[in-house]
Amino acid sequence: MTVYSQIATNKAKTYLVMTIFILIFSGFFYFVGKYFGSPTPYFILGITISLLSTFGSYFFSDKIVLLTTGAKPANKKQFFDFYTVTENLAIADGLPMPKLYVIDDPSPNAFATGRDSHHAVVCATTGLLDRLDRAELEGVIAHELSHVKNYDILLSSIVAVLVGTLALIADWIMRSFWWGGIGRKRDNEEEGRSPLFFVLFIIVLILTPLIATIIQLAVSRRREFLADANGALLTRYPEGLAKALEKISGDPHVLATATTSTAHLFITNPFKKERVHSFISNLFSTHPPVEERIKILRSM
Amino acid sequence: MLNVPVILIGAVVLFVLYLVGTYNGLVVLKTRIQEALSGIDVQLKRRADLIPNLVETVKGYAKHEKSVFENVTKARSALMSAGSLKEKADANNMLTGALKSLFAVAEAYPELKASENFQDLQRQLEDTEDKVAYSRQFYNSNVLDFNAKVQMFPTNIIANMFAFKQFEFFAATEEEKKKVDVKFD
Repeated sequence: MTVYSQIATNKAKTYLVMTIFILIFSGFFYFVGKYFGSPTPYFILGITISLLSTFGSYFFSDKIVLLTTGAKPANKKQFFDFYTVTENLAIADGLPMPKLYVIDDPSPNAFATGRDSHHAVVCATTGLLDRLDRAELEGVIAHELSHVKNYDILLSSIVAVLVGTLALIADWIMRSFWWGGIGRKRDNEEEGRSPLFFVLFIIVLILTPLIATIIQLAVSRRREFLADANGALLTRYPEGLAKALEKISGDPHVLATATTSTAHLFITNPFKKERVHSFISNLFSTHPPVEERIKILRSM
Repeated sequence: MLNVPVILIGAVVLFVLYLVGTYNGLVVLKTRIQEALSGIDVQLKRRADLIPNLVETVKGYAKHEKSVFENVTKARSALMSAGSLKEKADANNMLTGALKSLFAVAEAYPELKASENFQDLQRQLEDTEDKVAYSRQFYNSNVLDFNAKVQMFPTNIIANMFAFKQFEFFAATEEEKKKVDVKFD
């Protein structure tokens, strides 16, 4: 698979994800509208909101992601190695210099976001910058730059924002059902509300695996291996990334600001082993095992 | 039904399309190489620009090492005036050698070594040397793509027709090739 076919696949998947989101969102509004007896205005409202948020996420997904992860811009003086390593690798790869951000968190991790190489952002945690030496940092940044180059960042950022939106709504309905359910038992006058919330509850039950499927579709585990390989091609030193992955996965800290909707952006799973055994985390499993990635890097 | 003239015209049109496509593809690759080359120039110029400051700083502590300063200045002006790729590579290597003796001299002056200005310049210089190496890598990988294409059949015929010549690689110095970091603590 060449870089060019990766780019084409990523763009196609981006449009697919956007379409699915608009369908789910406006469909949801349609059913709510139907319950209240006026589906058309609700449907139009749903279409409008979903179109706006889709296009908004296309242009601003990087800013939204940075906002939810609490990242701050990094300057050259304070983060000299981070800055110069990125500058160097961007030169070697023929990419424009991406914007750099830092998350103040002891858990070592990094991600890239943006819609193309001219609007790319590379973000690292202070834990990563403190613990890696220059060769290891080069490995990590080269991995992130390959995500930038083949448009992985476009797809994964949009998935992060749209899935985040859906998860927010699903969460809100679950809560409403919960509280609505209790209220119904206490007070028979509110009986009229319950069927709506029951229907919504069913929709959410369908929605959650759908969200998971979208993430899976977007972030086939193969792309992490691909970015590892392309990164190693850029630095000519696979051992750097292998050592970095060892350090990252050996660290016990969990990244506080990561959520299920942004987890797939990071170079390794930000939740670590804490959630490995739960059903949800398997459903949302987005990263191949680190041991396997290290093994492949060492055999290059 | 298809007849002979239609097939002929179709073949000619296809051939012309192929010709245009290949020619434009080669032009794109060539432009990329030129862009990569100017990328190297930017870094070499940055390197040359750091030298006067460095020389002044070292002079402040080690006035008597005249020959070292002269060598560095000479190598710098050679780099600034270098025209061809080969000249640039040679001048850059000369500068690397001259700087090495400058830093060897600096070893003998603890005050100089401790000066913040000197340390900052040294760091910037190291960074620029890295950037020269990385821009060279980008240039060479583009040259590799282009040269391979120009030699492969049937593109080589078209390349010959329009006089597309192979580019030379920007070679690393013998020293850099040997450079292995071994530290004995």
